Amino acid sequence: MASSDSLRFEPPPVHRAAEVLRGEVRAFLAEHLPRRAITMGVGSWGGSDRDFSRKMGARGWIGMTWPKRYGGHERSALERYVVLEEMLAAGAPVSGHWVADRQSGPLLLRVGTEQQKQAILPRIAAGECSFCIGMSEPDSGSDLASVRTRAVAAGGGFRVNGTKLWTSNAHRSEYMILLCRTGEAGEQRHGGLTQFLVDLKATPGISIRPVHNLAGEHHFNEVVFQDVLLPEASVLGEVGSGWQQVTSELAFERSGPERFLSAFTLLVELARALGPEPSERARIALGRIVAHIATLRRLSRSVAGMLQAGANPAQQSALVKDLGTTLEQEISEIARLLVDAEPDRDSTRDFVAVLARTMMNAPSFSIRGGTREILRGMIARGLGLR
Amino acid sequence: MSETRDLLREAAERLFEKHCNAETMRLADAGEFPQALWRALTEAGYTAALIPESAGGAGFEMSDALSLLFSAGRHALPAPLAETMLAGWLLSSAGIALPDGPLTVAPVRGENLAAKRDGAGWRIEGTASRVPWARQCAAIAVLAQDGAKSIVALVAAADCTVKNGHNVAGEPRDDLVFSGARAQQAGASPTPAGAMRALGAVMRSAQMAGALQTVLATSVQYACERVQFGRPIGRFQAVQQNLAVLAGQAAAATAAAEAAIEAASADLDSMAVAAAKIRAGEAAGIGASIAHQVHGAIGFTQEHRLHYSTRRLWSWRDEFGNEAYWAHKLGGEIAAAGAERLWQSITAAG
Repeated sequence: MASSDSLRFEPPPVHRAAEVLRGEVRAFLAEHLPRRAITMGVGSWGGSDRDFSRKMGARGWIGMTWPKRYGGHERSALERYVVLEEMLAAGAPVSGHWVADRQSGPLLLRVGTEQQKQAILPRIAAGECSFCIGMSEPDSGSDLASVRTRAVAAGGGFRVNGTKLWTSNAHRSEYMILLCRTGEAGEQRHGGLTQFLVDLKATPGISIRPVHNLAGEHHFNEVVFQDVLLPEASVLGEVGSGWQQVTSELAFERSGPERFLSAFTLLVELARALGPEPSERARIALGRIVAHIATLRRLSRSVAGMLQAGANPAQQSALVKDLGTTLEQEISEIARLLVDAEPDRDSTRDFVAVLARTMMNAPSFSIRGGTREILRGMIARGLGLR
Repeated sequence: MSETRDLLREAAERLFEKHCNAETMRLADAGEFPQALWRALTEAGYTAALIPESAGGAGFEMSDALSLLFSAGRHALPAPLAETMLAGWLLSSAGIALPDGPLTVAPVRGENLAAKRDGAGWRIEGTASRVPWARQCAAIAVLAQDGAKSIVALVAAADCTVKNGHNVAGEPRDDLVFSGARAQQAGASPTPAGAMRALGAVMRSAQMAGALQTVLATSVQYACERVQFGRPIGRFQAVQQNLAVLAGQAAAATAAAEAAIEAASADLDSMAVAAAKIRAGEAAGIGASIAHQVHGAIGFTQEHRLHYSTRRLWSWRDEFGNEAYWAHKLGGEIAAAGAERLWQSITAAG
């Protein structure tokens, strides 16, 4: 039956070298994790820290799976996975290179020109270069095929007009991968889209405005393109192939450990607040959450193994993200009832501050990278229902 | 997954497919023991799957043997295969050969049974509740205590008092009173009481994962066939979203049970064992609920096969320790290890 095969999870491959690497990462974290408030970057993959990214780059932990000639290290997806999960569990500030390492770099590697690859991949791997994702727009969220930012051929290149929204870290990034309409959509609505590699620091006509989230943090931006001229060489991949490129990018975006470890800092603080001998109720709650995390970790590592083997586990990725974000959102709801404290983002008590920040960030978990409803629609497709 | 396990799984699927037919399921539901099915299980070596080859077993790897229970769960196998495997595992730990016929184990709910010396032999004293399939088993593998020592004893069902009970799937769950019941054979065993419960929990987790796979497939099929408002109900987004949740629960239960099976051959104290029973048990409730919602009234009848799976899900999640039991144990261990060790504990479990 289609349902059992298309949603099958292979057992995660055993990888001894990855466990050796785990020890190295833990030693690195013990030495280099900046002494800072534990509340930094809660819910947003530790926040951004260029110095920390450079140190990781120097250790060879960005672009780990890429070819050496582009600054990569030709290691396995499972070794990369170990680095990712160790960083997230420790609350390390990795969001500066996260997007480039996870999806922009792999996309460049797959469809970029030799010149683009030579120019950019080594800088990403060194921790010197941040990327943001220019997909969503004011009128184009889940329905990505409806983007209206338009690139029109002009003077040997393209002239771009339009607005991107919810662009995380645009204000801190060197590059954006911009999805534009360049032609007619066609009957399937997926035609006529093209991705561009945009140098945000050196291209006139781009304005970046912060959009603060409800927690008062600045991650989102509105990015307006007004008669922006992009050279022909900035086209990423094929003109008109934007949809295929974007959807393959999203498989990388959905299954990683960041989809169930966003609230892990809160879980650690909860365990600390509860102490070594918590109540029966607290033990049951804690044990249940840990059981969920252990299971999610296996599913997520299974997807990493399938990606490594060259499969396209898009539906499995959607399933892991749906389960993972559901748990992430539950953690703050459970934690608040186990410790008698009112959430306060500025509290000097770590549990109280982390609770407040996790809770306020929680709504985004099931929106970013594909809403819960879109993901469940993809799973339903895997079941043969659509 | 090993090639052996794939072959084994295919063979098991064929055997269960053939024997767990509508008639067998109906008769078993009415309390009749499926003799033909049992003979087939015995001939295939499944009943002795957890006994080492050197002790007369079928020579399966432990993980391969336990993986059979996914298939058993998929087919709602109405016979004590898991229990007989568990009894064989327990008996072989004390050097006792596996007798013929279906077997079960006691105690399964944490009671303490006492083993008392009687000349050269042993007698068993105490009460064990909710023993699976007891009335239909030839003998019971009892894990009793002689002070701090574990004694495994083989006791004939006829030598104890049986009070009939049932789980909500209609399977026998009988209370047994041992009033100085004579052990046919007995021996010291290194097996602590907790290990038997843990292995039972791994088994039930695999059975639940299998049942959830069936419940998912049945529900998807029904949603594609049942037409309302002029189209199959599976075309409605509300139904699709629920089935996607069910698929997630089935996948999580399966992954958790697989992890526990991998861990079990090395360490029955592993976090993976507790995690599997917690996760699969939770998935059982959510999955059964969605399956019934999708099936509507027909799924709520005896005529439809859905209940063979869902009633077992509702039963199995409470057997060999429910989610709260295992979460309490796991949460206590996590808390005692301390917040700084939390992540290390998770990664160490594999």
